[in-house]
Amino acid sequence: MSLCALASAGVCPAVAVSPAPPASLPAGGVAGHVHSVETCGSVDGPGLRFVVFLAGCPMRCVYCHNPDTQSRANATVRTASDVVRDALRYRNFIRNGGITVSGGEPLMQPAFVRAIFEEAKAAGLHTTLDTSGCLGDLADDALLEATDLVLLDIKSWEPDLYRSVTGVSLEPTLRFARRLEAKGVPAWIRFVLVPGITDGEENIRGLARYVADLGNIERVEILPFHKMGETKYQALGLPCKLTDIPAATEADVFRARRLFAAEGVTAE
Amino acid sequence: MAKTASYPNASDKGTPCDSRGASAWHGFAPGTWQARIDVRDFIQQNYTPYAGDASFLRGPTTRTDALWNIVKDLLKKEIEAGGVLDADTKTVSKVDSHGPGYIRKELESVVGLQTDAPLKRGMLPYGGARIAQKALEAHGREMDAGTAEIFDKHRKTHNDGVFDAYTAEIRAARSAGIVTGLPDGYGRGRIIGDYRRVALYGVDRLIAERKEEHTADDNGTFSEEWVRAREERQEQIRALEALKRMAAGYGFDIASPARNAREAVQWTYFGYLGAVKDQNGAAMSFGRTSTFFDIYIERDLADGTLTEESAQELIDHLVMKMRIVRFIRTPDYDALFSGDPTWVTESIGGMGEDGRPLVTRNSFRFLHTLYNLGPAPEPNLTVLWSQDLPQGFKDFCAKVSIETSAIQYENDDLMRGYWGDDYGIACCVSAMRIGKQMQFFGARANLAKALLYAINGGRDEISGKQVAAPCEPYAGAYLEYDDLVRRFDKMQDWLAATYVKALNIIHYMHDRYCPEHIMMALHDRRILRTLACGIAGLSVAADALSAVKHARVRVIRNDAGLAVDYEVEGDYPAYGNNDDRVDSIAQGLVKGFMDKLRAQPTYRGAVATQSVLTITSNVVYGQKTGPTPDGRKAGEPFAPGANPMHGRDRHGAVASMASVAKLPYGESQDGISYTFSIVPKALGRRDEDRVENLRGLLDGYFAEGGHHINVNVFDRETLIDAMDHPERYPQLTLRVSGYAVNFVKLTREQQKDVIERTFHELC
Repeated sequence: MSLCALASAGVCPAVAVSPAPPASLPAGGVAGHVHSVETCGSVDGPGLRFVVFLAGCPMRCVYCHNPDTQSRANATVRTASDVVRDALRYRNFIRNGGITVSGGEPLMQPAFVRAIFEEAKAAGLHTTLDTSGCLGDLADDALLEATDLVLLDIKSWEPDLYRSVTGVSLEPTLRFARRLEAKGVPAWIRFVLVPGITDGEENIRGLARYVADLGNIERVEILPFHKMGETKYQALGLPCKLTDIPAATEADVFRARRLFAAEGVTAE
Repeated sequence: MAKTASYPNASDKGTPCDSRGASAWHGFAPGTWQARIDVRDFIQQNYTPYAGDASFLRGPTTRTDALWNIVKDLLKKEIEAGGVLDADTKTVSKVDSHGPGYIRKELESVVGLQTDAPLKRGMLPYGGARIAQKALEAHGREMDAGTAEIFDKHRKTHNDGVFDAYTAEIRAARSAGIVTGLPDGYGRGRIIGDYRRVALYGVDRLIAERKEEHTADDNGTFSEEWVRAREERQEQIRALEALKRMAAGYGFDIASPARNAREAVQWTYFGYLGAVKDQNGAAMSFGRTSTFFDIYIERDLADGTLTEESAQELIDHLVMKMRIVRFIRTPDYDALFSGDPTWVTESIGGMGEDGRPLVTRNSFRFLHTLYNLGPAPEPNLTVLWSQDLPQGFKDFCAKVSIETSAIQYENDDLMRGYWGDDYGIACCVSAMRIGKQMQFFGARANLAKALLYAINGGRDEISGKQVAAPCEPYAGAYLEYDDLVRRFDKMQDWLAATYVKALNIIHYMHDRYCPEHIMMALHDRRILRTLACGIAGLSVAADALSAVKHARVRVIRNDAGLAVDYEVEGDYPAYGNNDDRVDSIAQGLVKGFMDKLRAQPTYRGAVATQSVLTITSNVVYGQKTGPTPDGRKAGEPFAPGANPMHGRDRHGAVASMASVAKLPYGESQDGISYTFSIVPKALGRRDEDRVENLRGLLDGYFAEGGHHINVNVFDRETLIDAMDHPERYPQLTLRVSGYAVNFVKLTREQQKDVIERTFHELC
């Protein structure tokens, strides 16, 4: 584990969670902090998707490749209606996909996510929430009812490792996973494979056993850690924590896939 | 008229008999196609739509492998020989000028070469004798003295005629590069004979039709039109007779209709072969044949005289022939249209007007040649995409695109309303009803340069010469939007008038000195002609106007007061980001210039159209254009076709597509070309996700009203490696504005241009 990881271990960053809308509200409904949008994502849920990245994250993952979304600096305040209207400009492209809200951690702004999803569903779009689950308790039942799919990113299985990697506790994420199962919300489990950090055999097998027991999982995706975020750290003037971590290779992914398979889970 | 009994007429609904008494049309559903020449009706009455997937397809036969290995070896030798393997220097190529030629006779299911040997290029001086000589010289050869003398002393050519009539202004515009690529020294092409007629009706029936028309016209009132038509008809009859002689040299009697699939393919190919022996048109398209052939193949499969393997072999062998069509060109021409293209365009798929997909098993077989023979730029496989195509076919197309980058797509839902359901694509993007329509190809005018002329009072920004009609140059320090729009509008009046006048001269002379009799013999007598103009530099001009409107653009002048550079202060919305502030400017430019073209008089009653298409000439246009007010540097290539400028489309693939899709097809009926390159990972994680997502992108783009799209799927690193190690990538194919090329055959500049172009890393 890198020094950076140890440095941030156990520290819960003081980022305010705002279930309530921001103070400076543009006219016309619930608003929130948007980092950016991608008009056509192909890897964040089924089909082609309009992906909204919300700003702000309570985690400080050692390998975070989107450090620019951790804070709300430079975020744009937009209303849910505005975001959905923007997505609908691409209706013809995303009709077999839908809208994905990602981050940052979208559940820092649960009311905003709920407003986006409710409007999107009313317009006939499939909705996907891309979350770490650490703020799952803030997602009310109405939000989950408007959610067609959750991409649940479980950063690590071993609780201590989880805390050292992310700066927060694993417990809320697992609670959220069980709640999704109980409510029958389909989910894809994602696991970022970081060489030397999350690739321990027991860490992977433990996660695989847990996933095998969940009844609502449609896919399990292994996301190999890549170093494309490095330049973002430089641009932000942040100390780069990625330098010492090697990118995951195809062989690493293959090995992880076999560990999942050993527990009866097909991971991609 | 011994053969007149061999085809039915209106009162005889029987089927034709060949000399051996077998019925060529047995089992076909009757229709108006029997009484008159109407291939579309034949297709509609007889084809079997196929809604399944690709699992029925078969690999190459041993004969196919053996033949293709010989061709591959020849293609390798052609590259080693510097691009031209062999060339005829004596015989002027005509429909029946050469005796039979073979690759390896006993292996060929489809026979016929342009000359007497494979990859030996024919000599076609009628477009321009001096240019034909130059082309030979460029490849270390010299025209036979006797042949040269004929053209020197006795026979005028198209190119001579054009320069007799050109005005000083046209010459100046041409050498400045504000109009470029004009077909004034090479064959205009872009005509598609309905080669299927040869197979369905046999040549004698076609001759008889022309003879009847000729007699029926005897009592017409004299006019130049009338007498020209009479002469052309007789020439067309002679060309058809020559076609029969050429086929007879290969041992086939094509006087009568084809009796089976093999003959249908062979007869149709003979029709096409006649055309490429007679004309070195820039684009020599094949038409829309796959579903036509499928009717014969289905009949033979049902009769038990053909198997799936042999059906695929037939198509593989036809495609091999299409891959080795060659013309000898000058280096100037190669710089404009790189990679030795011939645009043997074959259009596949689409929907019928009755709502049935025109997709058949044979549509799959054509695409499958990209696996059986490996990827290749020719034939230019063009899928006519509709939202309603069967999913099995859409998925197969997407898969082939991802794996070969060799297909282009055009919006059938859009074009069907204009051109019906039996149109084909000529060259890259130009739709025309097959056998009922032709076009006068018009290359393109440089809109970006015209904008600079508007600022400089008609003087060229590079040479300083007065090219356009003089007007007051702009004197201010910063460009002003309203003022610039007014000036630009006036400059376009001059450009459209000069440009169309040049085209009228060109096509008058082409008809006179280099007429396409064999191709026109395979058309209806009365046809629609379009004058296919075009524009280059659309995204540069649109961004320049946007910069002037939304940022500040300072003019930098040289000592002579000529504006030679521009400095953009601030940001401006760039075309390609689905931003209406600038996309509306691009739309307005397309419509505005089309209106000016419509106002011009045209040769032979042609209807003016335009394309937004550059092929690879975007590089040459860029070289000939100084710095532009969008911040583009001197000599920097334009974006190809209707593409946004490199790197300025920052909001992902679909935002870029959405901007292009807004361009109005009604104002650009000759086509709007868009080239799209994406890395495989950006299409999704799993193979099936990639297929689904590419299908979704195509559905989305076309639902938005997009007209044409080239799809390239590969990593930039592959191309860089291919630049350094061309020998490792002999078949690396990629799509560039409207056609496909072997990457290793592009010039170094063009290779760099392709690599620098926007690759979407995110979908």
